[in-house]
Amino acid sequence: MSTQLKPAFLMLVIWTVLTGLLYPLAVTGLAQILFPHQANGSLILERDGKPLGSELIGQPFGDPKYFWGRPSATAPYPYNAGASSGSNLGPTNPALVEAVKARIEALRAADPGNAAPVPVDLVTASGSGLDPHISPAAAEYQVNRVARARGLAPETVRKLVAQYTEGRQWGLFGEPRVNVLLLNRALGRTAMTTFLHRQSQ
Amino acid sequence: MTANGFLQIAIYGASLWLLAKPLGGYMARVYQGEPAGLNRWFSPVEKLIYRVCGVDPGREMRWTDYAIALLLFNLLGTLALYGLQRVQGFLPLNPQGFGAVSPDSALNTAISFVTNTNWQGYVGETTLSYLTQMAGLAVQNFVSAATGMAVLVALIRGFARHNADTVGNFWVDLTRTTIYILLPLSTLLALVLVSQGVVQNFSPYRTVPLLEAVSYEQPKLDEAGNPLKDAAGNPVAERLTGREQTLAMGPVASQEAIKELGTNGGGFFNANSAHPFENPTPLSNFLEMLAIFLIPAALTYTFGRMVGDTRQGWAILAAMTLLFLGFLAVAEYTEQAGNPALADLGVDQTASSQQPGGNMEGKETRFGIVNSALFATVTTGASCGAVNSMHDSYTPLGGLVPMALIQLGEVVFGGVGSGLYGILVYAVIGVFIAGLMIGRTPEYLGKKIEAFDVKMASLVILIPPLLILGGTALAMMLGVGRSSLFNPGAHGFSEALYAFTSATGNNGSAFAGLSANTPFYNTALSVALWGGRFFLIVPVLALAGSLAAKKSVPAGPGTLPTHTPLFVVLLIGTVLLVGALTFVPALALGPVVEHLTMIGMK
Repeated sequence: MSTQLKPAFLMLVIWTVLTGLLYPLAVTGLAQILFPHQANGSLILERDGKPLGSELIGQPFGDPKYFWGRPSATAPYPYNAGASSGSNLGPTNPALVEAVKARIEALRAADPGNAAPVPVDLVTASGSGLDPHISPAAAEYQVNRVARARGLAPETVRKLVAQYTEGRQWGLFGEPRVNVLLLNRALGRTAMTTFLHRQSQ
Repeated sequence: MTANGFLQIAIYGASLWLLAKPLGGYMARVYQGEPAGLNRWFSPVEKLIYRVCGVDPGREMRWTDYAIALLLFNLLGTLALYGLQRVQGFLPLNPQGFGAVSPDSALNTAISFVTNTNWQGYVGETTLSYLTQMAGLAVQNFVSAATGMAVLVALIRGFARHNADTVGNFWVDLTRTTIYILLPLSTLLALVLVSQGVVQNFSPYRTVPLLEAVSYEQPKLDEAGNPLKDAAGNPVAERLTGREQTLAMGPVASQEAIKELGTNGGGFFNANSAHPFENPTPLSNFLEMLAIFLIPAALTYTFGRMVGDTRQGWAILAAMTLLFLGFLAVAEYTEQAGNPALADLGVDQTASSQQPGGNMEGKETRFGIVNSALFATVTTGASCGAVNSMHDSYTPLGGLVPMALIQLGEVVFGGVGSGLYGILVYAVIGVFIAGLMIGRTPEYLGKKIEAFDVKMASLVILIPPLLILGGTALAMMLGVGRSSLFNPGAHGFSEALYAFTSATGNNGSAFAGLSANTPFYNTALSVALWGGRFFLIVPVLALAGSLAAKKSVPAGPGTLPTHTPLFVVLLIGTVLLVGALTFVPALALGPVVEHLTMIGMK
């Protein structure tokens, strides 16, 4: 048994160096050369290089003039990308039904005339609490509300939604989806352009 | 489910079958020391490692020495990983300044990663330094996978050899697995994952502004950090406005790759592969799922080649695939059917080209139902335990699928190495039962299966239920076990059952509502983790030694052929019967009761 102790110890040292230090360092080096944008968090940068968020990480929205994303169960505030988490509520837990009911009421209160059934992804918490996407159906559900709140034509907003809708990857994988943060940022720019356009007339 | 859903699943299955032969053949050449490309270019590295460690690669071991080497190596690994977590506060690569992990949590995590489980009681991004993640966890991701594959190769040698008293050299199998199989595949996968958006850096966490400020409540704390209470004893909440978001960073991609390829499953972040920085796109998701089953599927071909009859490997792969498709169908169907309680509220759960529909609680939009249920079935068919959706929020029967797959022993593809040695044990039991039925001495691959072999195989089948059912019963009897349950009713019981199932099966996924980071669960699950791994590996190695020592008998007219559809059915039947007889009562108390409640609520 003691004859095996030396190789056991030295093997552990070797694998720690090889797979625990050299391997991640080599991958980091290659990643930073080949894909620096992605390796550093796919940040959305301002002109001066200051980060405004990540394309891959959602943000919380509750104002009627913005599209709302998936409900988030992270603590202490929603979309905390320093502590990702789902709700872990079970399907028969009364707390789940209560939470969904409250979300539906909030959506209806912000958009009183809208009696359409609510797309399920808009009222259920995502797995990570950071989901940047909603389904195209969930975006369409909100188009009229956002247009009204911003004084834009629904068609203008709808066109913008289409622009930020991604299809299945390679036409095949995953689900069609709309990036909420990117859409809302674009919405802010469009509203500004429209505003300036009206001022100049 | 839409037509596209079926297409995605078909492409997944086809990719696995197509890759099984080339990769499986390559691995067989690596283990048999035949030239295979990489092992030529890197053989100086391999030889250097042996020289440094004082290992003679030509000296083979009896099964007992093989087991001792393996246990010593894993024991030292546990101690090192425990120590690293306890002193991480004093070490570099800790930009967030995390302090020592508590003793019970550190022990649980150390055993969890050494046993290839990666059960996680802690929250990665708020607990562990980059150094602990890399030099501690990632290392065990590699070597625990290599350990499982080494045990499998020893068992295959047992079948392939005759009148031999050795089963190989553990150090050689460990080294070859790591440098010729795991490291090259991981490097390649890590870089492709980065291209999709998985982060790989050593930056401190980034702070970015929120487009819309968020107002939230959190418990008010006194100066010592304890929650303040009002006169009535209720916690006091304070209302805050958040204008910024913290983005956790780290060397994620390098760990993500081996997490899937080694069927480890331990996420860098708490949300695991649901986190956009671990699994950003549908393509990264497809590759992660493929990586989980890739080596287990290919090993069936390696097995066939090493025992000299590739049909034997294909028969096993067919049995695994059929079992997989059956469970997948249940998961997809129940998750897509959605939650009747939400339908009553006016929620639209119908799948269409505009939305995934179904039970979306705990699931990500980019994966929808199809890729979430597929991932859940894959990760528990294997002993991976990575998740891209929260199993705790699955419908009762949708959540039963991952639990049952682990309870069957993770032999539906299974963990790297452990899945195949698991199903080979079932095959031994299967031919034994068939032998009893036709009244002849059972044989498998030319080896007579005798009393000692059946005893060892029975241990492998009987120990896990003891740990799972015994552990769950203990948790239910103790207040400290029950107080950690999160969801009420039958679902709460399922959380504890899932925890002991996952730990014993070395899976690592969870019904994560359970507060498992308590001294009771950390300790009890550590026992399940260790037992579920090494109490099975030792009998498997004993079986390997016993088989290797036997002479090979030529197939006669009374031999049951083990490459035919009949054998595939016999094998599937053995797996399902043993599993059902053992676990149906426990499952009836959890998911089945909850399902009936759910329909009744409507």
